[in-house]
Amino acid sequence: MPVIEVQDGAVAISGRPVLRGIDLCVGRGEFVALMGANGSGKSTLVRALTGLRPLSRGAITLFGTPLEDFHEWHRIGFVPQRSGAASGVPASVREVVSSGRLTRRRLLRPLGATDRRAIDDAIELVGLGDRARDGVSTLSGGQQQRVLIARALAADPELFFLDEPTAGVDLPNQKVLTDALASLKERGATIVLVAHELGPLAALVERAVVMRDGRVAYDGEPIPDHAVHEPWLGEAHGHHHHARHESAHEHDHAPHVRSPLEGRP
Amino acid sequence: MTPVELFSEPFMQRALLAALFTGLAAPVIGTYLVQRRLALMGDGLGHVAVTGVAVGLLTGYSPTWTAVVVAILGAIAIEVVRERGNTNGDVALALLFYGGLAGGVLLTGLGGRRAAELQQYLFGSITTISDGDVVVTMVLAALVIVVGVGLSPQLFAVAQDPEFARVAGLRVRFYNLIVAVLAAVTVTVAMRTVGLLLVSALMVVPVATSQQLTRSFRATLVAAMALGTLASVGGLVISAFASYQATVAPGPTIVLLSLAGFVITWPLGVWLRHRARLRRPFADEAPDEHTVSDHDHDHGPGCGHVAVPHDDHVDYVHDGHRHAPHGTHYDEH
Ligand SMILES: Nc1ncnc2c1ncn2[C@@H]1O[C@H](COP(=O)(O)OP(=O)(O)OP(=O)(O)O)[C@@H](O)[C@H]1O
Ligand SMILES: [Mg+2]
Ligand SMILES: [Zn+2]
Ligand SMILES: [Zn+2]
Ligand SMILES: [Zn+2]
Ligand SMILES: [Zn+2]
Repeated sequence: MPVIEVQDGAVAISGRPVLRGIDLCVGRGEFVALMGANGSGKSTLVRALTGLRPLSRGAITLFGTPLEDFHEWHRIGFVPQRSGAASGVPASVREVVSSGRLTRRRLLRPLGATDRRAIDDAIELVGLGDRARDGVSTLSGGQQQRVLIARALAADPELFFLDEPTAGVDLPNQKVLTDALASLKERGATIVLVAHELGPLAALVERAVVMRDGRVAYDGEPIPDHAVHEPWLGEAHGHHHHARHESAHEHDHAPHVRSPLEGRP
Repeated sequence: MTPVELFSEPFMQRALLAALFTGLAAPVIGTYLVQRRLALMGDGLGHVAVTGVAVGLLTGYSPTWTAVVVAILGAIAIEVVRERGNTNGDVALALLFYGGLAGGVLLTGLGGRRAAELQQYLFGSITTISDGDVVVTMVLAALVIVVGVGLSPQLFAVAQDPEFARVAGLRVRFYNLIVAVLAAVTVTVAMRTVGLLLVSALMVVPVATSQQLTRSFRATLVAAMALGTLASVGGLVISAFASYQATVAPGPTIVLLSLAGFVITWPLGVWLRHRARLRRPFADEAPDEHTVSDHDHDHGPGCGHVAVPHDDHVDYVHDGHRHAPHGTHYDEH
């Protein structure tokens, strides 16, 4: 039984198609790198897979359950693409990481001993043990990114979505994250990782999926980072409207007019 | 009337109870609003509640209850606009602001009520609060506190990162609605204490003050509740004593006291943050020696420089570097 299955998935944002004809099947324990140019739809795909963006067509199943009926959210870990973890009120590293544990906590119950241990372990793992009580807004961008990784790790997930988790994270800490993901993988976790530069993570990647203009342009053996932008990639699919693709990269046709009551699709 | 007599008056005791509960409850919901960067939502709801009060005055129902209902409707409207309209949520908020206030004033005029009657809701009239109103205030405030503190892990997560919260299986819309409704309830609770036009101050200023000194959400919440209580009870007491000399309205006194707290803690916060930055150990310890020449004294306890315990020794921060004695020279740590 595949962990993720997408059949003919499409996503439209404000009526504009962003993802089209996505077919994807990820088995248990796989480590998939999702790659592609800016705006090619990687984050949108991850958001569709986590239920944040509704499909305009097709179907997604997670662990064999249609996404609409999926409720075992403690099995999912999610690191959103983000520039920081700060908000309007101070929040300590520990508090932010603790919110990752909510999927496994019941309403109105205090943190149990297992929860505390998981939270401490996750903070320790990303190397922020000595900063646990500090406010997240006093951390650097890369450290905040590590807080978000710890938050996802705290729930001990089986399926992990990471959207550019290593953006702004230094090499030693990328290695630490690589080790953490390696041990998750050993325990049988499935990992979907969005990245422009894999760095040390490349050693773990078993499969690369390259997005181009909202479609899967390549799906197979890992490829080097720079190969992602080669024009030959995706030719095999036989979609020969290249000239249009190139221009779509240059300018964005999304309308930017908004009124206060304008809805999402 | 002596102070003892004053405080044994039933009206004063009712006022103290109302101030205590309002002061505790308002910052709870204020913390979540500030966290969402919706600090002005309390103001918007206050303006909307004016229409609610006017509806009550016009129809003869209790203005407290009509204000609760209209403010909740307004809160839901703001929440819907915020969810669907993305970036222009603040514009919608502003529209609601003006609509609410204008509607209220218009309705009061239509009903032939004098402006003075609306005034006691606009600027508060804690000392004329009735037995029934005190009970309603206490019950609603207790509700806000119990829900706001009890659900704090969930409400915190939802406000901190709504998308993560959704993937964690939390019903984000439901929790947003809870915050909106609680904000509306808080506004009407605080309406009698500080008045609709100043409601937001009691929700937001204690939070602004406490976050000068705190590093965690929980500490901010608890400290804001303490500061809010201090301000509202303290303001009431001050205005009661001052009223021997002149007419001093409790509402504005409470708000000014609260603001005074902010003014006092602000420099303290700046200083604390500065200090915290200095004390932080540098990530990389690349020792970089410097000579004794630019030092006019031996660093030690009380020498005036910030002392930072570091492993087995103490470093001193001066002139932009971290100074650690090492034999006959100094290392940079
Ligand atoms: N909230 C939104 N509203 C309108 N259009 C959007 C929105 N989010 C994404 N898009 C559009 O969807 C397309 C895909 O965006 P997406 O964020 O998935 O790209 P990405 O591959 O993750 O890029 P990056 O490498 O920059 O993260 C883009 O053309 C973008 O303009
Ligand atoms: Mg992206
Ligand atoms: Zn000194
Ligand atoms: Zn020195
Ligand atoms: Zn030395
Ligand atoms: Zn030292």
